[in-house]
Amino acid sequence: MLRALKLEPEKCTGCMQCEMACSYENEGVFNPALSRIKVFEFHEQGGFAPYTCTQCEEAWCMHACPVEAIVFNPETGSKDVLAELCVGCKVCTIACPFGTVNYRADTGKVMKCDLCGGDPWCAKACPTGAITYVDIADTGLARMRAWAQRGGATSARFNAPVAKDAQNFDRAKA
Amino acid sequence: MAWTKKVLRVNLTRGTISVEPLNMQWAQEYLGQRGLASKYLVEEIDPKCDALGPDNKLMLVTGPLTGTMASTGGRYSVVCKSPLTGTIACSNSGGYIGAELKSAGWDMLIFEGKSPKPVYLYIRNDHVELVDAGEIWGKSVWAADKFLRARHQDPNVRISAVGRSAENGCLYAGVINDLHRAAGRSGVGTVMASKNLKAVVCRGTQGVGNVKDPLRFMQATETAKKVLRDNAVTGQGLPAYGTQVLMNVINEAGAMPTYNMRETQFPGAHKISGEAMHQPRESDGKPNLTTNAACFACTIACGRISTVDRGHYTIKNKPEYWGNSGGLEYEAAWALGSDTGVDDLDALTYANFICNEDGFDPISFGSTVAAAMELYELGVITKEHTGGIEFKFGSAEALTTAAELVAKGEGFGRDLGMGSKRFCAKYGRPELSMTVKGQEFPAYDPRAIQGMGLAYATSNRGACHLRGYTVASEIMGIPEKTDPLATVGKPELVKAFQDATAAFDSAGICIFTSFAWTLDDVAPQVDAACDGEWTTEKLLQVGERIWNLERQFNLAAGLTGKDDNLPKRLLKDAANIGPAKGHVAELGKMLPQYYQIRGWNDQGVPTADTLKRLGLS
Repeated sequence: MLRALKLEPEKCTGCMQCEMACSYENEGVFNPALSRIKVFEFHEQGGFAPYTCTQCEEAWCMHACPVEAIVFNPETGSKDVLAELCVGCKVCTIACPFGTVNYRADTGKVMKCDLCGGDPWCAKACPTGAITYVDIADTGLARMRAWAQRGGATSARFNAPVAKDAQNFDRAKA
Repeated sequence: MAWTKKVLRVNLTRGTISVEPLNMQWAQEYLGQRGLASKYLVEEIDPKCDALGPDNKLMLVTGPLTGTMASTGGRYSVVCKSPLTGTIACSNSGGYIGAELKSAGWDMLIFEGKSPKPVYLYIRNDHVELVDAGEIWGKSVWAADKFLRARHQDPNVRISAVGRSAENGCLYAGVINDLHRAAGRSGVGTVMASKNLKAVVCRGTQGVGNVKDPLRFMQATETAKKVLRDNAVTGQGLPAYGTQVLMNVINEAGAMPTYNMRETQFPGAHKISGEAMHQPRESDGKPNLTTNAACFACTIACGRISTVDRGHYTIKNKPEYWGNSGGLEYEAAWALGSDTGVDDLDALTYANFICNEDGFDPISFGSTVAAAMELYELGVITKEHTGGIEFKFGSAEALTTAAELVAKGEGFGRDLGMGSKRFCAKYGRPELSMTVKGQEFPAYDPRAIQGMGLAYATSNRGACHLRGYTVASEIMGIPEKTDPLATVGKPELVKAFQDATAAFDSAGICIFTSFAWTLDDVAPQVDAACDGEWTTEKLLQVGERIWNLERQFNLAAGLTGKDDNLPKRLLKDAANIGPAKGHVAELGKMLPQYYQIRGWNDQGVPTADTLKRLGLS
């Protein structure tokens, strides 16, 4: 079964545990500057969002690479950078529409998420479930359920206060 | 290891910057953060020096766990001599800059002297420079933050700064980092501004990598995180309601200081509580609270992110305040709210925004406003003094106008910026100042929680809840329940909390973990990270050593056992309502016993034997 990182910004608290886990697993150091996953704060709006490579099927970065240093990993579905082949030309960083491939000045290579070989540390470290590693077909399931409930709540069988409580409960993350 | 073993020393008078190795013997004796900087301060300054003169030093210090995956490992402290109390000052803050300083390679920054003109310090790893701050002097923390981000073209910098209140000499100004986290108490921001230092701008990209035993460290931190997750307070109460989970609890316990501590319960508590922050507002259907937020590495996430109602009088025509920012913590809600009798949640949230925007402590500010309201009620001060404001208990408008005046250092705000002790003395009623050693009380009335009376009286930085939080035991039953109205056993309880807290602080973690953790949970994390052997016993001894070191500083600064006292109101006027009705704070029953178990003489001075035992002679 292929799995994917499921990101739920509304659960993110901005604690950076994912960034430290990522840099520790990949670089042996607690260093957000070297993390493949990033947490962004939206101060005025009052929220946080984790973001990283979502492993495109037709990956722009992979197709753009002139030396085939980005390869498809059939076991995890990830697109992995082969550091020994990467020449640091940065074409992949231009090709990627999402900005999730980035150049490192200290190594002269690019870095991106490789799902830690199928056991992503960011997901293990996230204390709130904002990052989970789920069946690749099910990333939308929880959100569908929430909308299904909201739709259902307007029907006669549910009463509104129950749905409202559920929303407050979600907000409280209790 | 876990320390970077590097200290940055900045002489502001001469404009010089030097690098020196961390004193590793002191790191073994004081661990880091609060303890370590206190040791440096004691060694380097004359305790009798003018807190706002060039001889005082200002230290920004991280702990060995700061910047690591240990939960809450993001804390830093600002340490100096306090202008508010004349004691040692150590104010602890979360947010992100602590970890950033560590990631830039610095255990500690030491600022000496006074710059001839306003400057800020820019740090990018080993690149450190003092930069002219002429363009941001006279601006708020928020305005300075915006300017500095734009100037350095780096969205990833972390910034600590002082606001206009500090520049104008408000004695309880803090150092604000990440817009709404604060090294808030005792006027550490006033000291920073007195040195003409506006801000520290930091970007660190080196990370923290030198933990002693990485595998064991990862296991220890994971185990400890599970303890936080499974605990009702740190796993549920704090994420959902923040520290504001306490508002209704403490009010019901009859320990809610109200109307300048005249009363012990506030009728409007439910309107300004953590629960109230979840209630949709009538005007726009949105609750005050938008989301909770974590500081760096924190798996609790008690932080509040809030908005003020756009239709509220405070911000109606001020779109710059329409967005989210740091919301009410319990201490701010209490001091701005119940102590002043204001039960308007939006007004409190706005006042709290202003405290963050211009960098002053909402506890000391709220308490000083409360004292002023009492003096106004008594007719001691009038509209002539307040600049025309009707300064009555319960007036939201008086509160929010006062906040704006203190922020800018204008008019009546200058008076209020002196703090409650000097304010009440100025108007001839010193007994109405609710302070210990010149610092205003936090949110627990010691008539209803006896241990806190002793904790306040003996706190090394004046009245403070974060030096020995016996509320945990007396109200919440952590680690075991004690009777809040009893005095028996409280000296031992206070000492145990004070010593353990000093160790928690010095590790670089948040004291809120101690709702779930004991030092038995901390020791394995410190031991896996740091050189040497770190057991619970060693941490406790480090804590006790720090406590006595701070005490020595204060005694050398001229304080005596007589300063271990509470205002007459709390000692003589019994609570007239709630579970503590008929009780006063019985400090006299606890203090002698406390001195004794501390190994101090009856004047509160550590004996030679005690100093020798702790390696302080």
